Amino acid sequence: MKLSDTAEEILETLWISQEEKGNIETSLKKIALDGNALLELTKIGYISVENDKIRLLDKGKEYAQSTVRRHRLAERLMVDILQLKADLVNKTACQFEHILQPGVEENVCVLLGHPKLCPHGKLIPRGKCCLESKWIVEASVKSLTALNPGQAGKVAYIHTGDDKKLQKLMVMGVLPGMGICLLHKLPSYVFQIGHTQVAVDKEMASDIYVRLEK
Amino acid sequence: MVQIITNLIGIFKPRVTRCAEEGRQSFKDLDTVAIVGSPNVGKSVIFNALTGRYVTVSNYPGTTVEVSRGRGRFDGKDYGIIDTPGAYSLFSITEEERVARSIFLEERPKVVVQVVDAKNLERMLPFTFQLIEAGLPLILNLNIMDEAEKLGLSIDVGKLQQQLGIPIVETIATKGKNIDELRRRIASYSPKNLKSNIVSYDKDIEKALEKIESHLTFEYRLSKRSIALLLLLGDQELIEVVSAEEKDNYRKIQKVVDKTRGKYSHPLNYVITVERQKVASEFCDRVISLGKIQKAGFREKLSQLTMNPWTGFPLFLLIIFGFYEFVGVFGAQTSVDFLEETVFGEYINPFVTRWVCSIIPWQVLQELFVYDYGIITLGVRYAVAIILPIVATFFIAFSIIEDTGYLPRLAMLIDRAFKKIGLNGRAVIPIVLGFGCDTMATMVTRTLETKRERIIASILLALAVPCSAQLGVILALLAGNAKALWIWIAVMSFIFIFIGYLASKVMPGEKPLFYMEVPPLRWPKLSNIFTKTYTRVEWYFKEIFPLFILASIFIWLGKITGLFEVIVRLLEHPVQWIGLPKESAVAFLFGFFRRDFGAAGLYDLKNTGILTGVPLVVSVVTLALFLPCIAQFSMNIKERGLKTALLMAGFIFPFAFLVGGLLNLILVGLGVSL
Repeated sequence: MKLSDTAEEILETLWISQEEKGNIETSLKKIALDGNALLELTKIGYISVENDKIRLLDKGKEYAQSTVRRHRLAERLMVDILQLKADLVNKTACQFEHILQPGVEENVCVLLGHPKLCPHGKLIPRGKCCLESKWIVEASVKSLTALNPGQAGKVAYIHTGDDKKLQKLMVMGVLPGMGICLLHKLPSYVFQIGHTQVAVDKEMASDIYVRLEK
Repeated sequence: MVQIITNLIGIFKPRVTRCAEEGRQSFKDLDTVAIVGSPNVGKSVIFNALTGRYVTVSNYPGTTVEVSRGRGRFDGKDYGIIDTPGAYSLFSITEEERVARSIFLEERPKVVVQVVDAKNLERMLPFTFQLIEAGLPLILNLNIMDEAEKLGLSIDVGKLQQQLGIPIVETIATKGKNIDELRRRIASYSPKNLKSNIVSYDKDIEKALEKIESHLTFEYRLSKRSIALLLLLGDQELIEVVSAEEKDNYRKIQKVVDKTRGKYSHPLNYVITVERQKVASEFCDRVISLGKIQKAGFREKLSQLTMNPWTGFPLFLLIIFGFYEFVGVFGAQTSVDFLEETVFGEYINPFVTRWVCSIIPWQVLQELFVYDYGIITLGVRYAVAIILPIVATFFIAFSIIEDTGYLPRLAMLIDRAFKKIGLNGRAVIPIVLGFGCDTMATMVTRTLETKRERIIASILLALAVPCSAQLGVILALLAGNAKALWIWIAVMSFIFIFIGYLASKVMPGEKPLFYMEVPPLRWPKLSNIFTKTYTRVEWYFKEIFPLFILASIFIWLGKITGLFEVIVRLLEHPVQWIGLPKESAVAFLFGFFRRDFGAAGLYDLKNTGILTGVPLVVSVVTLALFLPCIAQFSMNIKERGLKTALLMAGFIFPFAFLVGGLLNLILVGLGVSL
């Protein structure tokens, strides 16, 4: 069942407010008011409205979480693959998330190599595909930790959440477009970039995403 | 009281810092040349070549911890040469980078030489751009040309020179090739306008830069464009400087920065770095041509074997075995026996004793120089006959391993295990060095990134890493008793892991991250091994030799005043609690000066048959856990602060006795006979 776009927006706001910010309920004022959408959601038991407070109910949580996931995946796609600038990203992602059907979303997730964080550093709720850590054979972008020794490609992007980690990777020459080849996985990751070999731990390696060469 | 202790300890203050400060003084009216560049590109080799001085060079990134200064004379003129710690960027995140940048901010070098590894030009060019942007008087030095040629790279220097607008010199510094040319270029350097806009950034960034520049009124040592870029990147240190200088203007700058930040989905640091790299790659496409690549040779294959877990660990054991054969057998047994028994026992000691007795008639004074605890018969004999061969062989072996580039590979192998004790792979260098000299190793802990790691490493060094001098004595003590030796090794390893694990659980702070460049394996150069060993042994001796003499004098004073008696009497209690004969109290008293002194005392007791079996192992374990020596303690104060150092000492001594006592109970309880 697919809800209306506005209903999805409401669920998303509620989920973030309740699950990430820890509020028990949300004031109606913070929600784009749309009587139809609210009615639609109360009817199927996803939310409850009392006076001017709304609450996301257990039944609606799964759907809400998947909306957030789609939004953040869309953002990653915009930023890393389509390379949109920030002011455009949020708006486009908002529209995009509604188009991303479950299933299609999974493909995007696989394509992006099961990213963990959105470009703003917020957690992307895990999907089934992430837990099974599914890789399509032709998946074009993979985390360095998912490569086998000997596999090579170009750096697609690096996670940019943690400034210090980011700087360390950048000074080693790990930057989008640079050729990279994984040499060892155990006991630490060793990769070759340009004419330099670099050893890193798993935490650093998992921040590097590689577009494989066919 | 604290003041007195600090003053007292000041006597043993390491010399290195004093040298650096003296250097700055004598530089006052000289033109200076600053050498900068990423870690492990050969800055120190260039420094040595330009000055004729020697600073430690190794095939390990991040060995230069302090700024070294020396004089160089080219074209009839004296220059002050400054070697800086490795830095990847003007935007500083590590301690080394802060130090390197402070040279630009605080001193005004006449020429800046950026040393790069030619084969990695593409990766190092962005730093060159930053230095050009900053308006610094730059010469680019393409070093390690031989390795680049082996990879089939040829660089069109003329073209690059023209495009960058700065002089470029190609060198192979380790072979001294083209150093003269570098000297000439430095001497004839004439400042000209640099292309400060060598990289043009995205238009929103360019707009922001223009605005910020217009708000900057103070004259900085770096160009306004460079300052503006660093402000956009959010460089904390620079923000403080600029906000102090610009006062109200700074708020306007802050606004521009915030607004620009909002326009990008990635941090500005990332955006700017990516753009610089793009320009660098374009440059390289134009000037570098790929020739025939020589096939991956033996060295590259060996390099991969050292990092593959199936072959890497056996190779590591092989290296340890080689190390043991050279240091433990050749150094600590063969050489020590010869120097101690033949040279001192048969020649020097009897000769000096006879000579001293013939010119000094008073026995009390005779004892200051000769007999059991005399300066010459104990202090000098001990330093020269026992310590010297062990330490020298250790440093020879260590220098060879260091120069081949094996240590980063070891760091990579061991990182996971080290994470369990709150350290990361990078800590191998201080820990391995600690087996040579804990004092030196404590100084090197400053290359570790977080305070948490530095403290954990210092504790482990002080407690559970025996230095070569002590290892030598202990090996001799437990020689011929394999079971005892294994018990000792097991207990020490357990304490190392246990305390490390505990410290990592208790200590607050960030979790360590491991990242490290793995340099190519290189053949060590004999002359470099020699000079390096020499400087280290020299450092070691200047650091500890006075201590030996002092210890002899203290003991002599203690003996004639009776104080010695009192302390020994007091120490007899804890010693007996852990099941040792009370005669061993003397050894433990020595152990407070240096734990290997103590171990040597035990050696005498063992020879007279007083100390055997379980008590022998217990005493060796207890003593091995003592603070390494007074020099190490003072280094701890210098690096970690008085409070931390005292806390460590306050923990270590009781802990040593506690472990000794427990071990005694266990061994006796199990009825182990040794």
